[in-house]
Amino acid sequence: MSEEIKIVPVAEEPGETNTRRAFLAAAGAAGLAYTVALAYPIYRYLASPQEMAMNATAVTEVSLKDAQKLPTGSVLMFKFGTSPAMLIHLQDGAWVALTAVCTHLGCTVQYEPQANRIHCACHGGVYDSRTGANVSGPPPKPLKLFKVAVNETGVEVSRT
Amino acid sequence: MTSKTIASSIYDWVDERLGLTELAAFARHKTVPVHSQSFWYYWGGISLFLFLVQCFTGVLLLVYYRPGAEAYESVRQINFVMHFGWLIRSAHSWSANLMIFAILVHMFSVYFMKAYRKPREFGWLSGMALLGVASVFGFSGYLLPMDELSYFATKVGLEIPAAIPWIGPIIADMLRGGPDVSEFTVQRFFALHVVVLPGIFLPLLGFHLWLVQRHGNAAPPSVEALPKAERKSMPFMPNFLVKDLAMWLISLNILALLASVFPWTLGKPADALVPAPPGIHPEWYFMSPFEMLKLLGNVLPGESGEIAGLLLFTLGIGLWVLIPFYDSTRESGQRGRAAHYFGLLAIFALLATTIIGYWTIR
Repeated sequence: MSEEIKIVPVAEEPGETNTRRAFLAAAGAAGLAYTVALAYPIYRYLASPQEMAMNATAVTEVSLKDAQKLPTGSVLMFKFGTSPAMLIHLQDGAWVALTAVCTHLGCTVQYEPQANRIHCACHGGVYDSRTGANVSGPPPKPLKLFKVAVNETGVEVSRT
Repeated sequence: MTSKTIASSIYDWVDERLGLTELAAFARHKTVPVHSQSFWYYWGGISLFLFLVQCFTGVLLLVYYRPGAEAYESVRQINFVMHFGWLIRSAHSWSANLMIFAILVHMFSVYFMKAYRKPREFGWLSGMALLGVASVFGFSGYLLPMDELSYFATKVGLEIPAAIPWIGPIIADMLRGGPDVSEFTVQRFFALHVVVLPGIFLPLLGFHLWLVQRHGNAAPPSVEALPKAERKSMPFMPNFLVKDLAMWLISLNILALLASVFPWTLGKPADALVPAPPGIHPEWYFMSPFEMLKLLGNVLPGESGEIAGLLLFTLGIGLWVLIPFYDSTRESGQRGRAAHYFGLLAIFALLATTIIGYWTIR
């Protein structure tokens, strides 16, 4: 460290190009290894909530305690996994559960009991409240239905 | 147009506006003195590297950290729920300690090489200010996990400004955000740690680095005394830079090793109703002042001891900061020697009180 480095031009021997190439390749590999070793934990760290959400979406059944007391013509919003969903007690006493995410651009939709329809306020999409079928407006697909089982203690909602 | 002419015309376009050629010429002519003490030149760069690590890992922690009442819970989540959260937090804590250590080594090497002499007084002063801000970084960051240890360390630490006559209690209350360390304290320490302190530190650091470019590295007096022909130097680009980067790589390796093999722990949540755990002590870089105050308190009990301690501190730090104006030039002679002995005394006092401090914990 105490010597000044003097650069003396030397005629390159044939083998020298090979060792230089080997050195550069080794340095490149080491650099790559460092980058991966640093980037991998950081990526996993930042992706943790995504992974937790994936675990949550793996949910196949949600039980809603005391939801059997829901009066007719009203709605209960709940989360199925990570995404909003709705449980509707229709005027005629039937039960329907569907995803509450508009198939157009992902807004949360609302149940309108007086019109007996599901409406998205963002772009005016309308769905049938019994089947989830897209009736009018921009939505390209129907809302997905869940299976509903009502008992004395609550309502079980599960994937069909 | 070939790709070469395109590249050169882009370079010309940028060069005309930003003056890249001047910068390159400056970098080419920059040299670093070569002598038996050259090793110490790397410690400023190591401090800078560890500061960059702090910025980087700090932003990563910021992604999940929630100050205030949820502080402990969010750190628990980082440590035990988020993938590799323990590693990021451990790297941040270890790097903070290594940075303070590197800054101290840098400071003492500058001191004993007498690199604070004319025209480098501002380099010394800005460096001391950076060390001051770094220690406030350390103190404020220590509270953020809000575990048992950080709670009591902050409680005790804030008793020091509280001992200043008249205005002390007001300052302590302002820092705490109330009569006791609480979620309000975490919230304001957080604001201090991630907004206020970086806002002070970064311009100071820029000034400090600009001064290094302006005046270059100082050679120690023994080398400066040599005739010009006998002084050796090496070009900054690329020789010193490559060695600097090698030091950064070594620092990174040491940090990675420490952070992963000795992960930073998280204690029980802070609880004002639980008595302080036995053996509680401040971070190592606060151990010396803590112990000095304790020792003085034994000699001069009560409030007079506290005030005498603070006065002695202020005097010592004041003398230390103002050393360039006392030992100002190469011709200082007698004063230069006195400054040297003052430096040795400072190291001895710091080491002795730190050792006594750790000794008496048990």
